[in-house]
Amino acid sequence: MKTFDVLRFSFRAATGYPARTLLTLLAMAIGVGAVILLTALGEGARRYVTREFTSLGTHLLIAIPGRSETTGGPPPMLGETPRDLTLEDALALKRSSAIRRVAPVAIGSAPVAWQQREREATIMGSTAEMFDIRQLSMAQGRFLPAGNPSRGSAVCVLGYKIKSELFGNSSPLGEWVRIGGRRFRVIGVMAAKGQSLGLDMGDIAIIPVASAQMLFNTSSLFRILIQAGGREAVPRAKKAILQIIQDRHEGEDDLTVITQDALLKTFDRIFNALTLTVGGIAAISLAVAGILIMNVMMISVSQRKTEIGLLKAIGSPRSQILRLFLSESAVLSLIGSFLGVVLALVGTWASLRFYPNFPVTIPWWALTAATVVGLLTGLVFGVLPARRAAGLEPVEALSRR
Amino acid sequence: MIELKGIGRTFQVGTEAVHALQAVDLTVRDGEYLSVMGPSGSGKSTLLNIIGLLDHPDSGVYRLDDVNATGLNDTQQAAVRRHKIGFVFQFFHLVPRLTAAENVELPLILAGVDPDERKKRLSQALEALGIADRARHRPDQLSGGQRQRVAIARATIMRPGIILADEPTGNLDRTSGNDVLDILEDLNNEGKILIMVTHDPELGRRAKRQILMLDGRIGSDSGKSA
Repeated sequence: MKTFDVLRFSFRAATGYPARTLLTLLAMAIGVGAVILLTALGEGARRYVTREFTSLGTHLLIAIPGRSETTGGPPPMLGETPRDLTLEDALALKRSSAIRRVAPVAIGSAPVAWQQREREATIMGSTAEMFDIRQLSMAQGRFLPAGNPSRGSAVCVLGYKIKSELFGNSSPLGEWVRIGGRRFRVIGVMAAKGQSLGLDMGDIAIIPVASAQMLFNTSSLFRILIQAGGREAVPRAKKAILQIIQDRHEGEDDLTVITQDALLKTFDRIFNALTLTVGGIAAISLAVAGILIMNVMMISVSQRKTEIGLLKAIGSPRSQILRLFLSESAVLSLIGSFLGVVLALVGTWASLRFYPNFPVTIPWWALTAATVVGLLTGLVFGVLPARRAAGLEPVEALSRR
Repeated sequence: MIELKGIGRTFQVGTEAVHALQAVDLTVRDGEYLSVMGPSGSGKSTLLNIIGLLDHPDSGVYRLDDVNATGLNDTQQAAVRRHKIGFVFQFFHLVPRLTAAENVELPLILAGVDPDERKKRLSQALEALGIADRARHRPDQLSGGQRQRVAIARATIMRPGIILADEPTGNLDRTSGNDVLDILEDLNNEGKILIMVTHDPELGRRAKRQILMLDGRIGSDSGKSA
């Protein structure tokens, strides 16, 4: 018997009983659709979180003075006194080829005043490179100018919140504000970006790092933000930072470097596990669909006993009957899987339409896997009914009418 | 050429063993026309099923065209059924979801015959049995006589040498029953072996050779060919 004829025969058999075929297809479609859609949701959640993290700045490393031991174990016998990070430390980091940008950060709190209005704010001292590292954007004016970071000029950039509280709707550009008793000229206002890394970017004023150190009378830095040359350069950059700082601190390893990638990877793992879990739950519905196919095929076999007997009488060997019934469940599950894929595509389309911010994406592996598993389910659960059909005694099968 | 030697068949009904056939010897030469008669339960159908390789004897030897048919495996027996034997049943056994033409074509499809060849043979067969105008109808849209013609077309489309008919007119009225019998006898005139099981003596008498079954044995054989 030709393969095409086997398929056509199975297809005709499936369409010959529309009600049961439709129900089976529906179950299969829902099973496959659920697997694809739920994995797509998991994948979407993962991408959503990843995207949110990248908006903090790409390939970001943060150097914090002091050693934060997270591995446990006994405390060191000799007390370590962490050295301060200095501006010179930060500038020295630029020697490494793995590092593209460095932004030293000095932070403190001081009142910001303009005319009669005054308000307490976080003052951040940094350099021009901060702008690119944190992917900031300006609402008005420009960011701190590039130049020698160790020379502090009297300019400042305001967060949008402070700006509106001090200046209302009038433009602050070119105005002089007092920060902690010193005068700074406003050269820009940052666009609303919201909170990031626990710092409300609307509620701060940014001044050159040297000015901040003068203002707070300190030579130490709060931390250093570092941008690596690329994603693959991040581990190299981390090593370089530790090495350079250790060299400058007389061999003492008193620095903690946090990479954004490490954070991201953790989330990646969590969300992959989540996707698999959700997909696994959906797979149960696929199994249910498989059992339904088995059920339907069983009924089909007993309904079509005489047909099977007849096929044997006109020359079908056991193997051919087996093939016919297996291919029927394969056809059912294949069409069902296809409908499931369509269902999932419609589902993601609808979800993207109503929640455009949540990137529901069907991972290609889920698409293939669900289709293949759907087909396999049909075949596996089709074996038992097919074997039963093939094993029927023709005389007995034909004695029914 | 059909040769049965000492064929026995026992069925287990509950705890009781029923001897449907006991030591049956029968030889049918090519081109013969047999009717098998007898009361119900006498083993006529079992005999026909064993000749048609639908059932296996418990004892004895069945040689079909000088081949030991009892020794063949499932696939080989299926091939014999496909190429040498055509069945006609009392209840037609047409596949309800297929059209008349598709029912007739079924053996060709199962045998893997090329579509072109299939088409040719199909139209010949439909033409020969006068059901060409009914080709696109489903079985439930056909009369009993038409259904049996479709069944005969299906039984003969592989051009077998043996036609086995189990009460072929049992579900038909007199007129269409006679028509069907005429068709079957025409096939016999072409040289095919025709074996017909019936409990209607009038029909049985039309056969050149009549066999009467009694309690699983051959009670009488009008044309004992020793």
